Amino acid sequence: MRVSLSSTFDLDGGLGGSVDMHAETIADIMATLIDRYPSFQQLLDRGVAVSINGQIYRDDWTQPIPADAQVFLIPRIEGG
Amino acid sequence: MGHEQKYVDKKYEVVGTRFNRPDGIDKVTGKARYGADASAPGQLVGRVLRSPHAHASIVKINTSKAEKLPGVKAIITSADLPDVTGGDQGLADILENCMARGRALYDGHAVAAVAAVDEQTAAQALKLIDVKYKKLPHVTDVDEAMCESAPVIHDRIITRGVEPKPTKPSNVAARTQMGHGDVEAGFAEADVVIEKSYKTEQTHQGYIEPHACLASVNPDGTAELWVTTQGHFVFRNVCASLLGLDIAKLKVTSSEIGGGFGGKTHVWVEPVALALSRKANRPVKLVMGRDEVFRATGPTSSTSIDVKMGAKKDGTITAAVAEMRYQGGAFPGNWAMLGCMTAFACYDIKNNQSIGWDVVVNRPKVAAYRAPSAPMAAFAVESTIDELAKEIGIAPIDMRLKNVAREGTLAPYGPTYGPIGIEHTLKAVKDHPHMRAKLKKNQGRGVACGFWFNIGGQTCTDLNISVDGTVNLTLGTVDVGGSRSSMAMIAAEELGIPYEQVRANIADTTSLGHNDMTEGSRGTFSSGMATIFAARDAISVLKQRAAKMWGITEEDVIWENGQALATGDSHSNLPPLSLKEIAAKSGRTGGPIAGHNEVVADGAGMGFASHICDVEVDPETGRSTIVRYTVVQDAGKAINPDYVEGQFQGGATQGIGWALNEEYIYGDDGCLQNAGFLDYRIPVCSDLPFIDTQILEVPNPLHPYGVRGVGETSIVPPLAAVGNAIANATGVRMTHAPMSPPRVLAGIDTLEHAS
Repeated sequence: MRVSLSSTFDLDGGLGGSVDMHAETIADIMATLIDRYPSFQQLLDRGVAVSINGQIYRDDWTQPIPADAQVFLIPRIEGG
Repeated sequence: MGHEQKYVDKKYEVVGTRFNRPDGIDKVTGKARYGADASAPGQLVGRVLRSPHAHASIVKINTSKAEKLPGVKAIITSADLPDVTGGDQGLADILENCMARGRALYDGHAVAAVAAVDEQTAAQALKLIDVKYKKLPHVTDVDEAMCESAPVIHDRIITRGVEPKPTKPSNVAARTQMGHGDVEAGFAEADVVIEKSYKTEQTHQGYIEPHACLASVNPDGTAELWVTTQGHFVFRNVCASLLGLDIAKLKVTSSEIGGGFGGKTHVWVEPVALALSRKANRPVKLVMGRDEVFRATGPTSSTSIDVKMGAKKDGTITAAVAEMRYQGGAFPGNWAMLGCMTAFACYDIKNNQSIGWDVVVNRPKVAAYRAPSAPMAAFAVESTIDELAKEIGIAPIDMRLKNVAREGTLAPYGPTYGPIGIEHTLKAVKDHPHMRAKLKKNQGRGVACGFWFNIGGQTCTDLNISVDGTVNLTLGTVDVGGSRSSMAMIAAEELGIPYEQVRANIADTTSLGHNDMTEGSRGTFSSGMATIFAARDAISVLKQRAAKMWGITEEDVIWENGQALATGDSHSNLPPLSLKEIAAKSGRTGGPIAGHNEVVADGAGMGFASHICDVEVDPETGRSTIVRYTVVQDAGKAINPDYVEGQFQGGATQGIGWALNEEYIYGDDGCLQNAGFLDYRIPVCSDLPFIDTQILEVPNPLHPYGVRGVGETSIVPPLAAVGNAIANATGVRMTHAPMSPPRVLAGIDTLEHAS
């Protein structure tokens, strides 16, 4: 699976891009990214949401990821 | 228990009808209890001393004279709020914003606070506190703050998102970039390119009720806080973290709320009131004055935005670039990033790029304001689209429809859209009678679109059925816009009982699990989902009890129209059991009947709106009067259409105020000059026509009823809709909001001199 990152995210000095990995849930994605890029933890602390096939998930890391899904990490949004 | 979140098309009995809100009578008769309406035995009056300078070192604070004043029970400074945030810079910023730590960062920044036996003594004590300041250079303008020569407000800020990483601090907290395609190639394809720069001024949410609370801290570490807030659970967590209290020992009760619009998602005086109470060992009531609200609580960003867009002669937008500078007040925020994410979100633009700069200045800490950051970006983009349409010679509505985003469009912020409703709103606008209404002399019509994400979040709900069959629905999301009515309707719909049989209440923080703020248009989406699931939980219990009463198995019981039915050949002669009948026997069939749900309500559907504005401009004075205004918005599913329309109208009204009047005005000394409703003018009823509304319902696939949030999107289009209307009335393209009479008049004069 290819996980795309918003160009607002900075991994090891590079902005945006994509990471190939095996993941069944959002939690798997987060664990893989922290494992490969320890600095990802700082991004997580600032807030990361996951778009799966266009639906945005901010909180539920148990969310399963369908095969061939478009997965995109974006900043976590709040509101007014 | 797991519940199915996906949308199911069904016919409703209660949902979609109109009921009065349960809190309405109390509010119109003055019985409702707001933030300032609580009292406790022995309570003191809290008051805050604020910096008169835009930026200053606090050399010394001498409180000795004030302490000797009879009736003064406690005085606090930052020394009484030690930093226990454990390296969490976000929390540390909140703490510093509540009480200055060595430096006053803006006019109105709190530097000390007093608790005294009465208002007069507290006011006198503030005058006796001697603060020695050393004035520092200040900057309040976002563009000036980015200059090399600007005074640097925080030595710790090194710009994020820039390569190579800067080595020196500056006022630029972060650079954001997003988009896709090749914008240079896109502009090369264009027949027409328009490039413009825009500015928007800082505005306040303008809630009528000021921030107010009653705090009481006990020596044993327990504490209570009564407060006007959009989220008492989050206030509890933040206040406990700032004061070193155990979260569960701080009980927070949300009062009725006299408006929030994002401004009551942040703590301002609440930690101060708790600290005063802790020191005085008595309850402390702290109510902000209006000037304090303006000077020291959450306005939105002022901005400076450059937009360049190119299109073919057929109206296809080939490229779009925006560079946006947002100030976040004295502390870093992510406001420009939100502008980047929303700027081009209504459109399918093959090549687009947004660059955002988040900047700090010597102004109060910016807070969310209804679809934060989106209105300013929409002002710039939607104005530029009208200019493109004019240059090409295509109707603005057709230009928008030609480029509209649909399901499958790649969003500018990255992902691909699911089912969205922007095209539906534009088509509805095109067909709306408003578009055919005749315009008189000096009148013009403008159309503009807007987008906001909407969010879900953590939610926890209880539903308890009384022995007479009436229902208590216990919610943890603060009701800011009539949600108690909507939640009661949802519970009634699920249970199959009349609306009047349900009473919805907002519980305090000791009575439910955590609930996120009522923000991000999440209240009806997320609490609605939790209410549906809690009601379904209760129905499963009702079926169990009915089975017991009949002496049959639960599998042979179904729930329909508010009653249990026995199914199968052997039971079909059993008469139905109503909810009331089952509830009446609950004591003998297993005890109270209740449902409960805790959910992370992810999957909030996005909000899209298109607005039509007719304006009349007085060419002698530059004054603009709104003649007609129509909001068309996708609600997914309107639970109570009255309150959906209310949200549409409220957001549009606030956006119109932003477009025409509202503006923070700073003097050369960096101090706010118009901290009151006389000089900072929000629209009143007599300023506006009836705001017409049209609700569209494109179901959100991830809500059982298809609900989307509706609270914020309606503030996004008005700035541009008004600006486009003024342009069509006068021929002047306004690029600076608010489009106040002097600015419009200057534009008319410039146009006349040019011609």
